[in-house]
Amino acid sequence: MGTAKEVAEQAERDDIRLRWLLSAPALLIVFLAALGPLLIVVVYSFLTPGNYGDVKWQFSTDAWVSVLFERDVFDDTLSFATAYLSIFWRSVSLSLATTVLTLILGFPTAYFIATRPDHRRDIWLFLITIPFWTNLLIRTFAMQEVLRNDGIINSALQLLGITDHPVQLMYTNFAVLAGMVYVFLPLMVLPLYASMEKIDFRLVEAGYDLYATRFEVLRRIIIPLVTPGIVAGSILVFIPSLGAYVTPRVLGGGTNLMIGNLIELQFGQGRNWPLGAALSITLMVIVMVALLFYVRNTTRSDGAHG
Amino acid sequence: MTAMRPAVEAKGVTRVFRGTGQDSVRALDNVSVAIRENEFFTLLGPSGCGKTTLLRLIAGFDFPTDGEILLYGQDIAPLPPFKRPVNTVFQSYALFPHMTVADNIGFGLKMLGRPKVEIEARVDAMLKLVHMQELKNRRTSQISGGQQQRVALARALAPQPKVLLLDEPLSALDYKLRKEMQIELKRLQHETGITFIFVTHDQEEALTMSDRIAVMSSGNILQVGTPWDVYDHPAERFVADFIGETNFLTGTVENAGNGQAQVALRSGAKICATAAVDFRAGSNATLMVRPEHAKLVKGRGDLSGTIENIVYFGTDTHIHVRLDEGDVFMVRQQNSRSAGCGFENGTRVGISIGDDAAQLLKD
Repeated sequence: MGTAKEVAEQAERDDIRLRWLLSAPALLIVFLAALGPLLIVVVYSFLTPGNYGDVKWQFSTDAWVSVLFERDVFDDTLSFATAYLSIFWRSVSLSLATTVLTLILGFPTAYFIATRPDHRRDIWLFLITIPFWTNLLIRTFAMQEVLRNDGIINSALQLLGITDHPVQLMYTNFAVLAGMVYVFLPLMVLPLYASMEKIDFRLVEAGYDLYATRFEVLRRIIIPLVTPGIVAGSILVFIPSLGAYVTPRVLGGGTNLMIGNLIELQFGQGRNWPLGAALSITLMVIVMVALLFYVRNTTRSDGAHG
Repeated sequence: MTAMRPAVEAKGVTRVFRGTGQDSVRALDNVSVAIRENEFFTLLGPSGCGKTTLLRLIAGFDFPTDGEILLYGQDIAPLPPFKRPVNTVFQSYALFPHMTVADNIGFGLKMLGRPKVEIEARVDAMLKLVHMQELKNRRTSQISGGQQQRVALARALAPQPKVLLLDEPLSALDYKLRKEMQIELKRLQHETGITFIFVTHDQEEALTMSDRIAVMSSGNILQVGTPWDVYDHPAERFVADFIGETNFLTGTVENAGNGQAQVALRSGAKICATAAVDFRAGSNATLMVRPEHAKLVKGRGDLSGTIENIVYFGTDTHIHVRLDEGDVFMVRQQNSRSAGCGFENGTRVGISIGDDAAQLLKD
């Protein structure tokens, strides 16, 4: 009896050791490639900017102060800075709008694919992933062709006589939003499809059988069951769009900056690495808070299951 | 009985599924059947016979290529499922995983826009009906298969449908639970007075539960009758073969008339049989004898052969006899506690077929 117990305990110890051993490579990469650089960013945000970029190893909270405040050049008093805040605000609202629009467009798309016969779903999924084959930059410039003053939309509008002079689409928030929706749509469709595919469509039949109309079936059966996909898709779209860099740069021009562009500016022309680092961390905190809030709210409702 | 209007009636219903390219499947081929009110009606047949298709047409999940489906005289074939006063118990139960037991049961009433108080009272009554009061607030993933079955039943019964459709609801349960639920279903049908249309491929289940059975094969209904009808007076060979165990013998009809016939077997024996349709004298025919209607005798019988196998089943013993003509004939003998079956492997025996034991069938 005693020996059997010892053997079992030994086996359990071996099992735990093996588990650590197997996850060691992944843990190593996480520590070296993610936490390490993150630590450097945190340290840099508390240093003094060098004259030609880089940093001076001198402790300073200036970077953090200037995220929120503006220091008056003459009397050193601090006043609330609205410049960065407005960029943060634009980023968050554009990202939210992108998430909502991709959800509205992606939901019927994913539902369409999930309800096709097995052999035809692969073709549709394949079509959805085709944009990934093209470089993001090229796709964004292609969007420019669509939105330009003499681009497809304006030519069509003028041809149809709806307007006699081109409507300014480029370098507006609309252009940035359109570009981001286009780029991030597959990232919404795929997780939505993944959870729709798992739905037992007999549940939909059961809903119809129990006097639910099409709208009620959507509201009370399909959407609650697809909630994990909606959460995953929203996260996958919201986070990268918050940090989007190429799209606002190309389609938004110099006037419609987002956080990504602002950070890039500090490391480039601005030559203020500590400020760039502080802004990066601010962005990360916003993302994490938004994520925690979102996940907690969606998993607490009765949408959670399984 | 004669004046009663059928609860559900299918009139010349055809359903063709178009496949890819040329091949299309005729799942139902000009099927007509009338199901009476308050009846426990079973659609019985092997998989692919069209029984589930017919049920889905009645439920409204599918629409007939041709023909009418009448519910109390009104054609419901073009109506969507949520406008039909029928409810379904699904094979896999299809309980909503994101709702509690009570919410599942109340779903139909909620969709019908009934007041909250009424829904609560009805849900409680349903829970009581299927003996599930304690599990009211559980998630459906937290209850056993048998309990899920009960919830599915309660959910379908809660809106008080005119007809309840059951698509092989017991097939996922183990033997003992299935037996229990068969009795339970009969009780529920009796207590609610609702017309049940039950789909199964299990002939034993069909025989024990149904008021009437429709035996189906490849898109057609072959026979509609009481369990006794289809078991003891099958209309054709397929029905006799599908339901229960049967011995088939071939012979020549000597004289026939009035539903009776005399048949000469290849062994030379002459046997009296009932006939479902009239046969011409001199024609070849198939004769059916149920194993429990034949008797083994030590001396000469109508047939003779050698015992090949004796299988003990608890309630009875199956004795397989290799006939002199080459076929195997099975005889079922009731067991008694004190004595064995009285026969041994390899011994020669006779088989006697009583006057009422055989039936002539069309092929």
